[in-house]
Amino acid sequence: MSFSWDFFWHDVLPPLLSAVPVTLALTLLSALGSVLLGIPLSVALGAAPRWRRWPAQGYSLLMRGTPMLVQIYLIYYGLGSLIPREWMRHSWASPVLRDAFWYGLTALTLNETAYVAVILKVGLDAIDRGQHEAAAALGLSPISALTRIVLPQALAVVFPMLANEFILLLKSTALVSTITIFDVLGTANNIRFETLRVDEPLVGAACVYVLLVGLVTLICLPIERRLTRHRSD
Amino acid sequence: MSVLNAPLGGYGTQLAEGLILTLRVSLCSYAIGIVFGLLGAAAKLSRWRSLRFGAGLYTTLVRALPELLLVLLAFFLGAGLFERLAVSTGLALDGFSLSPFVVAVVALGFIQGAYITEVLRAAVLAIPRGQHEAAKALNLPPLTHLGRIIAPQALRHALGGLGNIWLNATKDASLVSVLGIFSDVLKVSSLAAAATKRYVFFYAVAGASFLLLTFVSMALLERLRRRLMPVNLA
Repeated sequence: MSFSWDFFWHDVLPPLLSAVPVTLALTLLSALGSVLLGIPLSVALGAAPRWRRWPAQGYSLLMRGTPMLVQIYLIYYGLGSLIPREWMRHSWASPVLRDAFWYGLTALTLNETAYVAVILKVGLDAIDRGQHEAAAALGLSPISALTRIVLPQALAVVFPMLANEFILLLKSTALVSTITIFDVLGTANNIRFETLRVDEPLVGAACVYVLLVGLVTLICLPIERRLTRHRSD
Repeated sequence: MSVLNAPLGGYGTQLAEGLILTLRVSLCSYAIGIVFGLLGAAAKLSRWRSLRFGAGLYTTLVRALPELLLVLLAFFLGAGLFERLAVSTGLALDGFSLSPFVVAVVALGFIQGAYITEVLRAAVLAIPRGQHEAAKALNLPPLTHLGRIIAPQALRHALGGLGNIWLNATKDASLVSVLGIFSDVLKVSSLAAAATKRYVFFYAVAGASFLLLTFVSMALLERLRRRLMPVNLA
């Protein structure tokens, strides 16, 4: 069976492109969630008291020391098996509980949080002590000092690392195709099983992922420029 | 290993064998990755533009594609192409086919090679120019220049990055479970979970197995780092 361009253009690319929003939604939502959850985790990672630092370190080691695939299965099959049947079938939450998308999103977010927290900690450590002291001297509360003074500077420092991490995240989303989510790879696999043609869907998926990575890179560049606009170099 | 059977619901032996397969996949793919990485870094640092371009294409493309997709591409496209090429060029007899293990470890090694390329390239570039000049001034033959002057120093710069890629290699080895033909530790756990309906337990066992690999690797890497690093760099 040779590569058919006709099949590729007419039967493979359109469904793959219509699956792009799923992959992008998984990427953007888990990126957003992981930054929001990663901020407190990164603060805890650098905290002085052990009872705050140790759980944070344990979480980050656990998430970064096990494969994402195991985490996805643990949440989809494991958590899924713990939820009572009635909740799954007849409750206000059943549309969410029965949709694999939310399990995939949860797994991606929980995993990514650990990586983002470690990156954010690098940024927090890079900020001069004087900035904390100045914020305290101005009477800012610890929360305002973090969100208005320290964090914006830390984000500018680590933004290239974060951008890199989000490209890895975009690629990791392909793993959720294993739990019946029809993202780009999931859709390609579906075409593969339905038509028994292998080459076109896999090559098509590869093209789409290369385009998406290029797109994310292009989006990140102006953000990086804006975050570092105060720098002279 | 049979002592593990009772606490692991009768799956102790299979899980242990699965973990050994995972470790074999990790080790073989990492070794292949180092070969790809050495070739890639040599090409990226070479004088010839076509080699630099080829290596750039390799690292960019591999790092832009999901690992799972690359493994699927290797299995369903790459292996077939290679087999047909080998038969048509007369390198192999008709009906030649690659073993799935070889395809899996070459695919994973190909992926790690792209990351190793970047680590090695950066490590060589981090060596001060004076070292190259001194080696030339001493009129060292190229192999001695590379082996005695550049490689030992580059290794120290690359150690951290290579260690991280090894930790990823152990985790990426879990991808072979998706193919359904390998009884690696994750696949065994999935089968055990589905058969016993103890999903949380068996996936936690899978996670713990990978965590064990990570911890042992981290301890060994730390010992290696202490041995290789001169005191002032550590």
